[in-house]
Amino acid sequence: MSDGADITTMNMIQAINSALDVCMARDDTIVVTGEDVGYFGGVFKATESLQRKYGKTRVFDTPINECGIIGVAVGMATYGLRPVPEIQFADYIYPALDQIVSEAARLRYRSAGEYTAPITVRSPFGGGIFGGQTHSQSPEGIFTHVAGLKTVIPSNPYDAKGLLIAAIEDNDPVIFFEPKRIYNGPFDGHYDRPVTPWAKHPSARVPTGHYRVPLGQAAVVRPGEDVTILAYGTMVHVAAGVIAESGVDAELIDLRTLVPLDIETIERSVKKTGRCIVVHEATKTSGFGAELSTLVQEHCFHSLEAPVVRVTGWDTPYPHSLEWAYFPGPVRLAQAIARVMEE
Amino acid sequence: MADEPERRNLQPLSLYVPEPRFRPGDTADFGHFEIPPADAAPRPPVDSAAEAMREASYGLIRVLDEDGNAVGAWNPRLSPERLIAMLRHMALTRAFDERMYRAQRQGKTSFYMKCTGEEATCIPATYALDRGDMVFPSYRQQGVLIARDWPIEDMICQIYSNSGDRLKGRQMPIMYSARDANFFSISGNLATQYPQAVGWAMASAARGDTRIATAWCGEGSTAEGDFHSALTFASVYRAPVVLNVVNNQWAISSFSGFAGAEATTFAARAVGYGIAGLRVDGNDALAVYAATEWAAERARTNHGPTLIEHFTYRSEGHSTSDDPSKYRSADERTAWPLGDPIARLKAHLIAIGAWDEERHAAMDKVLAEDVRAAAKRAEAKGVLGDGMHQPFSTMFEDVFEEMPWHLKAQKAQMIAERAAAGVTAGGEVDPRAAPSPAATKGAGL
Repeated sequence: MSDGADITTMNMIQAINSALDVCMARDDTIVVTGEDVGYFGGVFKATESLQRKYGKTRVFDTPINECGIIGVAVGMATYGLRPVPEIQFADYIYPALDQIVSEAARLRYRSAGEYTAPITVRSPFGGGIFGGQTHSQSPEGIFTHVAGLKTVIPSNPYDAKGLLIAAIEDNDPVIFFEPKRIYNGPFDGHYDRPVTPWAKHPSARVPTGHYRVPLGQAAVVRPGEDVTILAYGTMVHVAAGVIAESGVDAELIDLRTLVPLDIETIERSVKKTGRCIVVHEATKTSGFGAELSTLVQEHCFHSLEAPVVRVTGWDTPYPHSLEWAYFPGPVRLAQAIARVMEE
Repeated sequence: MADEPERRNLQPLSLYVPEPRFRPGDTADFGHFEIPPADAAPRPPVDSAAEAMREASYGLIRVLDEDGNAVGAWNPRLSPERLIAMLRHMALTRAFDERMYRAQRQGKTSFYMKCTGEEATCIPATYALDRGDMVFPSYRQQGVLIARDWPIEDMICQIYSNSGDRLKGRQMPIMYSARDANFFSISGNLATQYPQAVGWAMASAARGDTRIATAWCGEGSTAEGDFHSALTFASVYRAPVVLNVVNNQWAISSFSGFAGAEATTFAARAVGYGIAGLRVDGNDALAVYAATEWAAERARTNHGPTLIEHFTYRSEGHSTSDDPSKYRSADERTAWPLGDPIARLKAHLIAIGAWDEERHAAMDKVLAEDVRAAAKRAEAKGVLGDGMHQPFSTMFEDVFEEMPWHLKAQKAQMIAERAAAGVTAGGEVDPRAAPSPAATKGAGL
């Protein structure tokens, strides 16, 4: 899928930065906006050096005003640009909800295609960094519920770059949530162990040039026969770690795109294994896991040998110092696997 | 803290809740309005520093005096031909409103909104813009489309959601979209178009274009966060945008005091943001033209945004769903001290010898006939309520550029369910195959 360019080792931040760089070099209608994204290069450095390279009219800081960041992006898209606004933390996205839900998501529909909003809203999300209630949330379920939005969540550098390029080049609005806990290295949920850098992970081998990871296609991270685990973002690595430690022959699917969802990969897997566990960090009630578990029931009911189990964050705000009790970590997932296998 | 003496005899706090001056049954008297003479407002240079022209946010730009003369520094000195063209578009808008209001009452559509009394807040403004300038309207700027000579038959097809509706019956009546007229898709959510207009203007500037953007919202919507987001961005990036606030005194039943009108003017919102603000007699077509021309020139020469308050009066209800006699004095419309915008422009044209009552009456007759004929042509393509005029499965189109599997599945499910229930493609129940009412209910149709 690469255009044959060099391959190098990148962490997720570098991969995201590379995606933006590659896209901006190819298409001068792409603009990057957001709080601190310009001179400073973003609080996580995802937009580092882009302003220096592409100028202040293509990469610029914005007021601390998420409604304005997205509203302005919709207007720029109407003009013919392809904005990639950053919301500094997903927890800050709510002031922009009306512009995302009522405007960007519905513009194509309400104007019967006269106007569109090809914007990609990038935002770091998820916990595991002691960010408390306001720097840890996983609000993807709010956006998957909205008609007209695509929701994408990468779990490694290779996918982050390829998916972001695909999202930017997509003509529909895309919510692109970046699991910030794994920006610098995969995280298996064992918070008391040393952090592993991306350099030791095969997915950190990233082409420097242009390539896409198509939206709407899940990845089978690990094939298996006994149980299907559906995950995305940080939880892919937590699940991989549990599978390795437990010895269960689980099939791990990284969804990568929540909407549109790769139902075929899910269906094929669950029909084979007969068991399914859905994992996400977000709160349980009305979370995306509810949709996944219903879809599995609708598509695979006669193959199921056990009820679908959800392993998720609790239905509480994200508690700062109690983070590791909230986070659906390896112990809870291992227990869930054991329960499902007993059925 | 323990050492602090206990404070005593504190006055109880009281909450202030605004109340309009007149309610149903009251005699309306607008004597408290300060209406300056038509030639009173100075016209600052278009490159004035915003802080040097703050008084323009508190005064009232007027051009037409009580005798119909165009006076003062803001007189745009338009040719009689141009004024007559403007008058015609204003009268056409009113005739269109009358016809569509009746059509709603006749059951041909679900909803309509008139702009009666506010025609000067958008039609002269449109004349002062270039056709390439992008318009982000609210829901009461039908005059912009009409002034851009958009076919009213097309507008009526949208209102009727019929087979000629380019928006495929998806939008409520009057939520037009007309890309070929540089007229943005209207949202029912308020002031969302404001930051979008600023974004469009920023894009135009970033690309070295020459076109500017405009937006309209009502005074009630200035309370929305989007309004303030827009002004912040417009100020920060000096966006080439003209932001209009139509202060028609009423937001459904809430008078302008609930948006802050008792404390200051709406144009003065510009002062805090450090941008130019103009407050204009919104029933004076020449004043609106002049203010827009000034603001457009300012934007075009990289001197940044302007906020224009159009001081006017909503002569009719908010919409066909509203009955203003329930909350405001019926007297207000006739007592309104700034008159009617069409009558005032007409009086001016008569005063300069370019127009007369006979020609005006003849024009009105032709316009009414034009609207009637357009309505007939539109009606031939169907009206709302006499069945679906678009194949029902089109509802799944344009959610995304390409239809994903889950929408394809839902579309197939709907087609199958309707077929099983004997509902034909046109949306009519085929009586030969009609299921029992209970079965229909059970099928969720």
